Amino acid sequence: MAVLRFICCLAVILITGLMPAHAARDSITLGMQLEPPHLDPTSAAAGAIDQVLYANVFEGLTRFAPDGSIIPGLAREWTISEDGHVYTFDLAENVTFHDGSPMDAGDVKFSLDRARAETSSNAQKGLFTGISSVDVLSARRVRITLAEPDGQFLFNLAWGDAVIISEQNIDTIKTNPVGTGPFSFDRWIKGDRIILKRYPGYWGTPVSLAEATFRFIADPSASYAAMMAGDIDAFPGYPAPETLAQFESDPRFRVTRGSTEGETILAINNKAEHLSSTLVRKAIAHAIDRKAIINGAMFGYGTPIGTHFAPHHPDYLDLTDMSAYDPEKARKLLAEAGYPEGFETTLKLPPPSYARRGGEIIQAQLRNVGISAEIITLEWAQWLEEVFRGKDYGLTIVSHTEPFDIGIYARPDYYFQYDNPDFQDLITTLKKESDPAERRRLSHKAQRIIAEDHVNAYLFQLPQTGVANRKIMGLWENAPTQATDLTAVYWQD
Amino acid sequence: MTMLAYLVRKAVFLAASLLMASLVVFALIEVIPGDPATYMLGINARADTLAALRAELGLDVSAPARYWHWISGMITGDFGISYTYRVPVLDIVIERLAVSVPLALYALVLAITMAFPAAMAAAHYQGSRGDRALLAITQFGIAVPNFWLAILLVYLFSLVLGWFSAGGFNGWSEGISAGMKALTLPAVALALPQAAILSRVMREALIDTMREDYIRTARAKGLTRFQALLYHGFRNALIPVLTILGMQFSFLLAGAIIIENVFFLPGLGRLVFQAIAQRDLILVESVVFLLMVAVMIVTFIVDIAYAFVDPRIRRSRA
Repeated sequence: MAVLRFICCLAVILITGLMPAHAARDSITLGMQLEPPHLDPTSAAAGAIDQVLYANVFEGLTRFAPDGSIIPGLAREWTISEDGHVYTFDLAENVTFHDGSPMDAGDVKFSLDRARAETSSNAQKGLFTGISSVDVLSARRVRITLAEPDGQFLFNLAWGDAVIISEQNIDTIKTNPVGTGPFSFDRWIKGDRIILKRYPGYWGTPVSLAEATFRFIADPSASYAAMMAGDIDAFPGYPAPETLAQFESDPRFRVTRGSTEGETILAINNKAEHLSSTLVRKAIAHAIDRKAIINGAMFGYGTPIGTHFAPHHPDYLDLTDMSAYDPEKARKLLAEAGYPEGFETTLKLPPPSYARRGGEIIQAQLRNVGISAEIITLEWAQWLEEVFRGKDYGLTIVSHTEPFDIGIYARPDYYFQYDNPDFQDLITTLKKESDPAERRRLSHKAQRIIAEDHVNAYLFQLPQTGVANRKIMGLWENAPTQATDLTAVYWQD
Repeated sequence: MTMLAYLVRKAVFLAASLLMASLVVFALIEVIPGDPATYMLGINARADTLAALRAELGLDVSAPARYWHWISGMITGDFGISYTYRVPVLDIVIERLAVSVPLALYALVLAITMAFPAAMAAAHYQGSRGDRALLAITQFGIAVPNFWLAILLVYLFSLVLGWFSAGGFNGWSEGISAGMKALTLPAVALALPQAAILSRVMREALIDTMREDYIRTARAKGLTRFQALLYHGFRNALIPVLTILGMQFSFLLAGAIIIENVFFLPGLGRLVFQAIAQRDLILVESVVFLLMVAVMIVTFIVDIAYAFVDPRIRRSRA
């Protein structure tokens, strides 16, 4: 009898031990491919840091809404002076950091001064260089004076690199981030997960989730296994598109397809031997069949683009016709440029699969018109050294994930080495312009110029495919910035 | 030569090898193109931010100065601060060892448990159908890639049966049994190919030993074939097996990187692999060096074990 009881107890213990823990309805486990190297979004920040902390643990004066527009963050109201030089922000009431200390204008001054300092290692220092001074007017009012008017200033303040941090906790920010957001940092089991907990003293709208865990799963097949086994509830940047069909046919899951700010381009070295001719670059553009690349390299996901601008943006101009697939025309253009037999060049590819797979397809399409591109595969550090810094390449494929980054074409020392003074002037004007209608007109003009000059071959916008438990609501479909904003996420029972 | 003199000689040799090794590691890693600061800041990096970061990381000092910093720090136990993670390298390594060492030991124990009885049975019944079956199975076990096996195990035990999670490691804070459960599938995936190799080597060694004269003497004294195998043959067959075990442990410590990827475990192999990609030179140098130390220590232990297992080896140095 005692033996039987013992066996039953053992069985119960074993079975409950083997059963997966039931997900509580106010906690969520998310999968992420890349682990943040540290937890400070304001120095040498990798995108993975914002992916965990943006809007959850840290907040800035303004923030991104799910559709990419800019909405108030810690700054509830602001006024801009007539000449566009002076911004006065009114901060929210009762804001505290996660250690209980109050946040005020002094912390805003500290954060912005630190970001724009000489010795700052803020990865987006360019966002702050236009600031000539930050002044504390009162506990809840701060004035920022710009050297030049900047139509993008409010947009810049929404970036993860511009969040407001606590001066008292600055020494341990890399391992113990203390912010003003609705979730506080709980702990980081290195290599495995980061756990955030709801912060009860949050100044804004309370959040539904009590706990959020981010688990790091780099391998695509491991992410599939973890999702299917129920180890994780959602994977917003799901890395195995070949398995999406199984999730779509499974009633437990929902698959979302959204857009990111990643313009994927075939970058061309505008100063390289054969590629400095606009005719040659135009030929390359017409030799490329975007549909084939999207189907072959991206499993059918991705929106074609005709210029360096995000198609979901209201100011986007569809110029894909300027580079429609036409190999005959490409051959004619090459002959006209003086290369009837084609020429040889290099195609250097960084690690991402869109580059490696897309590269092979492009190589074949270029060979079809006579251009022989030798594929050289590089890892990121080598790519940065050879292509980005050394400009030693002919062609390369990379995705530019910063929002509204058409301004990179105005930098003659950027790795494409495109030097057009008219375009540079246009961008300077656009930067200063605040009126939305005028901004639209100017950005249309900018998009047209780089499309006509065929600076690069614009391929497609990088998609964001996410897989989640069907009962989870409120996750962002698009990625206007690298973030996993959990403020509006809840379980529907 | 006495045991003590043997050990002292080995220890001096060990220290000299480590110094040589440190020079080689440092030189090799310095030669690789790519700059950690550029990697960290990415394609929007400005020249002044890069310079500030390089100064912060201590990269603006000359190579010999950096080597000296590193070596002198290591002697006092300071392995430097990781460029990527900005925490002491030793702390990171210890965290990862807390996963990799138990995993390696677990896999080794499983491999031995599977291999030794199988090898002894095969040697005892040499030529039988069981023996031939073992040879076929081990052939397959050596050929099959361990990550493929790992994916199959995940599919069967995690997705279909739901007995284990698909991977990950929660830390030892939730208890030893929870931690061991998380390491079970990875350990099995690592152990099966190792067991295949181990059982073959053991089987061959046993068969060779069984032919020796002293076995015939033991049989003449009245021991059964199996008793002779167990009491006399086994100990002598251990010598080649010990060599393999030493090599396997070293491989399991850092070579389990593919298994760590499949099961997304925070182990040492993945740490080094990511650090190389991120050009986290301090981390790579220190971990590679620590691994070399580990391999040399394991070899050292194996040498001592030889001396204990086989007195002839001790005496031959006299």
